[in-house]
Amino acid sequence: MMVTILNIVISGLLLGGIYAVTAVGLSLQYGVARVLNIAHGEFIMLGAFITWSAFTLLGINPLISLVICGPVLFAVGYILYRTLFTRLRISSPTPGAFEGNSMLACFGLLFIIQNVAILIWGANIQGYTYLTFSVDFWGAKFAGNRLLTLGFALVICLVFYLFLAGSRLGKAIRAAAQDPDTAGLMGVKINQVLALCFGLGAMMAGLGGGMISMCYEIQPTMGLEYTMIALIVIVLGGLGSIPGSLIGGLVLGLIGSIVTYIEPGLALVAYYVIFMLLLLAKPTGILGK
Amino acid sequence: MVILEGRGVTRYFGGLAAVIDVDFLVEEGEVLGLIGPNGAGKTTLFNLISAALEPRSGSIKFRGKEITGLKPYQICRMGLARTFQTLKVFANMSAFDNVLLGASFGRRDSMAAAEAAKEAKALLEFVGLAEAATLPAKDLTFANQKKLEVARALSTQPELLLLDELMEGLNPTEVSRAMALVKRIQERGITVIMIEHVMRAIMNVCERIMVLHHGAKIAEGTPREISASKKVIEVYFGERADAGN
Amino acid sequence: MGFGRITSKNAFVAGLVLLILILLASAPLYASAYTVIVLTSVLMYVTIAVSWTLFSGPTGYISLASAAFFGAGIYTSAIIGRALPLPLVIVLGGLVSFCLALLVGALTLRLKGIYFVMFTFGLVELLLHFILWYEVNITGTTGRVVPSVANTTVFYILLMIFVILMVTVSFIRCSRYGLALQSIGENEEAASHSGVHVTALKIIIYAVSALFMGAAGSAMAARWTYIDPTIAFNPLISFMPVLMAIFGGIRPLYGPVIGAAIFTYLEQFLITRFPYYYMLIFGIIMVVAILYMPNGIIGLAQRIREKSLRKKYGDT
Repeated sequence: MMVTILNIVISGLLLGGIYAVTAVGLSLQYGVARVLNIAHGEFIMLGAFITWSAFTLLGINPLISLVICGPVLFAVGYILYRTLFTRLRISSPTPGAFEGNSMLACFGLLFIIQNVAILIWGANIQGYTYLTFSVDFWGAKFAGNRLLTLGFALVICLVFYLFLAGSRLGKAIRAAAQDPDTAGLMGVKINQVLALCFGLGAMMAGLGGGMISMCYEIQPTMGLEYTMIALIVIVLGGLGSIPGSLIGGLVLGLIGSIVTYIEPGLALVAYYVIFMLLLLAKPTGILGK
Repeated sequence: MVILEGRGVTRYFGGLAAVIDVDFLVEEGEVLGLIGPNGAGKTTLFNLISAALEPRSGSIKFRGKEITGLKPYQICRMGLARTFQTLKVFANMSAFDNVLLGASFGRRDSMAAAEAAKEAKALLEFVGLAEAATLPAKDLTFANQKKLEVARALSTQPELLLLDELMEGLNPTEVSRAMALVKRIQERGITVIMIEHVMRAIMNVCERIMVLHHGAKIAEGTPREISASKKVIEVYFGERADAGN
Repeated sequence: MGFGRITSKNAFVAGLVLLILILLASAPLYASAYTVIVLTSVLMYVTIAVSWTLFSGPTGYISLASAAFFGAGIYTSAIIGRALPLPLVIVLGGLVSFCLALLVGALTLRLKGIYFVMFTFGLVELLLHFILWYEVNITGTTGRVVPSVANTTVFYILLMIFVILMVTVSFIRCSRYGLALQSIGENEEAASHSGVHVTALKIIIYAVSALFMGAAGSAMAARWTYIDPTIAFNPLISFMPVLMAIFGGIRPLYGPVIGAAIFTYLEQFLITRFPYYYMLIFGIIMVVAILYMPNGIIGLAQRIREKSLRKKYGDT
């Protein structure tokens, strides 16, 4: 009994950690850069496949791959923002129009990235085994890779939170999230910060994807589901609140773990039910205004 | 006949009190001015009356019926219309369509399409926009867009009209024309509450004035009484009066 | 917009439309079976695109759930099968989608537009997962076999759905509700203060648009003899009408029709020539269209026309 509960909790925290990392990425992109990146899951997928390729083709340790695919995806996100989204920002008549247009552009990116991934890696499910030794914990066995990933996720969340709260750049990001125009007037190089945030968001997605590949099977079509989950998490945590995404991710992960234990295959449905309840009761989310 | 009555109307934004315990009475047919320094809560009060916002506490009655908790479209159909401080015209629709929208949906009893079109045309003439009828609203001058909002509000057959800073940004000639328009609206039997900073307009057009400051009502009376009130002068000029010392 | 004044231009357009309809209706008589099949696909995409534009065009609320409503229609048809006569199945398919859209609308359309986009985005995947789980765990079988119907029958049903749709859309657009929908897109708060019951109108029009998508899905189900959730709920169907509407322009009524017609042929062409690249190409077209053609092809044509007129008459 105790073992089962512990299992559920650890799985939940693991799932939650991954959800939190990816949701923070989306929160940066939407909350600050004002781009509802519905191709977010595709960046996650890219991170997963880069890590997988590195492991199966070059034998590179996935943990080291994380160090590679993070910056790679950051660069992809940064360049995308400086080219595509900046251009859209200039040509959109209102901020509302920009949000709509950039979301639609992401829709296009979704299909582009997915198709490219299928071309490179094929459409099949892939997976690899890494660190599947067991760790003994109060009489229960846990997969080493899951524990490691969980640790990693929590560390990333913590580091990021401290970065936002403490560093100068973090403050600039928080200012830009609240009010980009005023932040610009206060000397924040707003275009730079927005592109940086989008890039950071993509990086988080890549890291999340790498972590997913260590524990679960992956497929080029996996992105959509993760985008959905990230969307639900940022609503749960409160739109625009990055700490909210962290908490929301962990909460949703725990719920998912419990539901999977009771009835596997219904986790996504459960998330959507929560989404619906949120919309009915408190759309602003846990930490939202 | 009291047309609008508010008791203890209160609204907070987070921890900030925007409107605190405001009572007011509006007589049918009068033009009531609502003044106060920036941030006094004037537009918030309008938003509470028109149901754009909900009060935290207090009651607002229109012709004796409680209207807090209703939706804006219901209040509009009851006979209460407003204009907005930040212009909210339908930019890509023609001036005619802007007014037609109000005539088609905002009245207590709905009109047939042809009648609504006639009404829209008549109202455009009333405010002086007859020639601009086919232009998209975004192509109108600033002053004309303000007139368009008034026409649209009037098309909903209001008994009470809330004007939010109608004169803001108008040059002196336009201000005089706007003042005349308000008089003509009153002549139609419509009660008017107007938020204004342009003192000339307030003093000449309004029969009574209400003064808000930091969300609370601090004075109420005729234009003469208000302009002589020490409290009001302090609120508007207080810092400048001290600056000399 | 007007309220139905008959002008010579209108009469000409009406005559043209009638001619096209007659040509279409008689197509199975003179065209090859393959052409009829392609025309059916065109009608399907046009129906979805125009339905989507009915709501999302004027209001600016971008629905990404077209695949969910279309798929609901498909599945309704698959579940009922031969138990009821075909026309009833089509109507039921439409009604199921109608009710689904009412639910989605009631949940999300009282709130800011972003929640609507997010919710509709996930709806396809949600329905897919749920039905898959249901079939695996409760009914024990995945997928269903659908009794097949003659291709010409499907064609005529879709043609009828298309005609009814166009009549409905024209009616709504010319009525005061068309005006109200536009005003919602321009400034929802002002519309609400002008007497428009914004939430109710949004929900109903959204549901009407879903109804036609569901009906189209029910009709098309007969084309695929085997249906399972991954076939019925295909995210590409959510993507296509948006792309077609952006490409064809959303203001004029025929904008999405032109966009859809072009894209069906493009899709047929790409699937046969570059079967591994067509998602990629469509994605690129989408991004390019958003960047350089905010008003779609129609807007582009208008801009070219304006430029040439200016050249002709000079600057005043």
